[in-house]
Amino acid sequence: MFSFLNSYLKKDSDSMPLAVFRIAYGFLMFISILRFWNKGWIEELYLAPSFHFSYFGFEWVKPLGEFTYLIFFICGLSSLFVGLGFKYRWSIVIFFLSFTYIELMDKTTYLNHYYFISISSFLMIFLPSNARLSIDNLKSGTFYQNVPKWTLDALKLLISIVYIYAGIAKINSDWLFRAMPLKIWLPSKYDLPLIGDTLLQSEFIHYLMSWGGMCYDLLIPFLLLNKRTRGFGFLLVVFFHAFTKVLFPIGMFPYIMIASALVFFDANFHKKVVDWVIKFFEIFKIKTSSLIKKAYTSQPFHYKYPKFTLLIVSVFLLFQMLIPFRYFLYPGELFWHEQGYRFSWRVMLIEKMGYTTFKVTNSATGGFFYVDNRDFLTPFQEKQMSFQPDFILEYAHHLGSHFKEMGHQNVKIYAESHVSLNGRRSTRFIDQKIDLLTQKRSLKNYAWILPFNDEINGF
Amino acid sequence: MMGNRKKLIVMFYSMLFAALILSCEDNGEDIEATSFDREAMLTHWADNIIIPLHNQFSTSLSSLKSTTATFVATPNSDNLSQVRLKWIAAYKAWQYIEMYNVGKAEEIYFFSKMNIYPSNTERITLNISSTVYDLENANNNAARGFPALDYMLYGIDTTDDLILQKYIGDVKYGTYLTDLVDAMVLNTETVVNDWNGSYRATFISSTENNASSSINKLINDFIYYYEKGFRSNKIGIPAGVFSGAALPKNAEGYYSRIYSKELVLEAYKGIETFFTGKLNGTTIMQGLSLSDYTDHMEGNLEEKLSTTILAQFERAKTKINELDSNLVSQVESDNSKMLLAFDELQKAVVLLKVDMLQAISINVDYVDADGD
Repeated sequence: MFSFLNSYLKKDSDSMPLAVFRIAYGFLMFISILRFWNKGWIEELYLAPSFHFSYFGFEWVKPLGEFTYLIFFICGLSSLFVGLGFKYRWSIVIFFLSFTYIELMDKTTYLNHYYFISISSFLMIFLPSNARLSIDNLKSGTFYQNVPKWTLDALKLLISIVYIYAGIAKINSDWLFRAMPLKIWLPSKYDLPLIGDTLLQSEFIHYLMSWGGMCYDLLIPFLLLNKRTRGFGFLLVVFFHAFTKVLFPIGMFPYIMIASALVFFDANFHKKVVDWVIKFFEIFKIKTSSLIKKAYTSQPFHYKYPKFTLLIVSVFLLFQMLIPFRYFLYPGELFWHEQGYRFSWRVMLIEKMGYTTFKVTNSATGGFFYVDNRDFLTPFQEKQMSFQPDFILEYAHHLGSHFKEMGHQNVKIYAESHVSLNGRRSTRFIDQKIDLLTQKRSLKNYAWILPFNDEINGF
Repeated sequence: MMGNRKKLIVMFYSMLFAALILSCEDNGEDIEATSFDREAMLTHWADNIIIPLHNQFSTSLSSLKSTTATFVATPNSDNLSQVRLKWIAAYKAWQYIEMYNVGKAEEIYFFSKMNIYPSNTERITLNISSTVYDLENANNNAARGFPALDYMLYGIDTTDDLILQKYIGDVKYGTYLTDLVDAMVLNTETVVNDWNGSYRATFISSTENNASSSINKLINDFIYYYEKGFRSNKIGIPAGVFSGAALPKNAEGYYSRIYSKELVLEAYKGIETFFTGKLNGTTIMQGLSLSDYTDHMEGNLEEKLSTTILAQFERAKTKINELDSNLVSQVESDNSKMLLAFDELQKAVVLLKVDMLQAISINVDYVDADGD
């Protein structure tokens, strides 16, 4: 066992896939940031709201007014540098920090694929992705033909985790035996040409896509790992992500996942891709080949702190495998209370809607009034708050301090909350008799969430 | 090794296929796609509900205009009664169309020009005395429309005689009254003519599921109206639900008082009319409605969602019926009844905003952001 591990860690692999991945990743991130900026979302999502929902333990991470644009600028610039392989280590560290800061500013905007960007950029800090095709090579005059095999495998493992855990999450009775939530979402796409008012209305298709989606997620990593099925697997990846792109507003995510799947191809494939790109540039008389093929000396790659790096990467990957299962620590239905729902690759898994209003009472006089959420939250924030308990609690505390500051006495805050999950009729969500100001934010189970009065089996 | 792996893959796929077949077996008969004729629903809404209601309103406003002219020319007690009668008739007809904030109505802020209350009486007084005002200016939204007429006909003095004296004594009152009615007629014509003209076709053909399609906008308008224009403005705000203290002055028809509950009930009829697609008082027109759409999209559940919603509407209506016909005195004497009515209204908001919207999968507030 030990000798196997030892010999595995000594194995080398061609650095080309890592380098191509870095380029694709950097430029896709750059486009993502530009797109985000261009759509006015920095203003809309981070500057316009007067209140922001924080992650537990990261309450100090807030938008910085006009300086928020600066963070985005830094993030965009560093992603460009990552793509170019310019001062790579610094660039990827700065990218990781700035991107993660942005994501932590307000959890209203949480998306699994943003989380993927954060953790994959963290991993890339420890990978020699600038071994090749980078400006760093130009400056040092050296490149690395080979890098430790485990560096590439770490990346493959992370991507496999995303797919496999997304697949496992789909093994539940709502997804497989009620075809929920696809049964709600697909018919609403009736305005799509050809398939909209025909296939997407068919219950058979809802089941087919539910089962197909689960199998796709569970199988894709294996299809991509196996040389014989790789081409087919990649075609599936392209088809699947293109199809979901047509159906749902998922932004840059499909492109990122398609690019990530390229990592599974061997070095020869990537060399062909690179050659093809070089030829493409030569059409425009840009001699990139001289840049890339310039006679550098290939050096054997060595980590400065091999054991330390390996330890961090191993702990990180282990952590990634465990954290999606943390929901086992909470009683009740995960889809209902959502404790342990995020950071677990539960992608497009539930259709949940809520309506939550807050009753502010004066415990001495019995007087009360309801809060108009529009006075405090943007429509997007209100929508997200309405069915997620941690949002509801944080907002209740915000209302509490607001009304105390306004001079209200003996303030108690109760939530009138109704939530509907995967097409079930709405039921009361939060215990309306509990003053939420007496409840603290924590990672412990929130007993003030009323139990789900149905059953969903599976993971 | 390779052979084994191949076998495994083949096995996996066959199991998968078997599972698929099994899972679909009991749903065999549902395989055929059922589609809902959205254009037929929009046509029914336009031809049998929205356009007739707008035409009715336009007619009642015209007779308000002519009686107003008579009253201003000859201010006497009989003519005042006539104007008041025509005013409440038009106000009731208005309750049916306030929610349709699409097309020209949205463009010209029709609702804001017609029914912002409480009125800003200081501004009205100032306008009357200065005789220089631009009613189309948004700053005058609380000094025009039905609430301003309510004040002009019932509130400018303490008794009917004294009110009449104002019109007799100072022609400026009559002028302002005329201007108010004329502006209402003018704006209504803009909206009604558009419906009777080119807008109908635009409206009917816009069946997509996106932020600017007729179907989504109208359903959004309906829910927004139920929550804000109806539940909050008519019951919640006067009962002090959002302020802690009751605000009787914020009741609709505050100065006439006697009609305040009637207006609420009339508005409720308007809500039911849209939801069920059945226009009261005329021969019942059959056509696809929001309730049909909701039931179609939710699928065959034993208890239809539309039935649940209508039952809740009924419960809320019962509570409203128990209120005094003068909501101002109801708030002042026993506000708890108002709060009970509000609670029942609120339950229907949950059904509309959560259950119905989930079933029909329409976004209520469009957020331009990525999803997962």
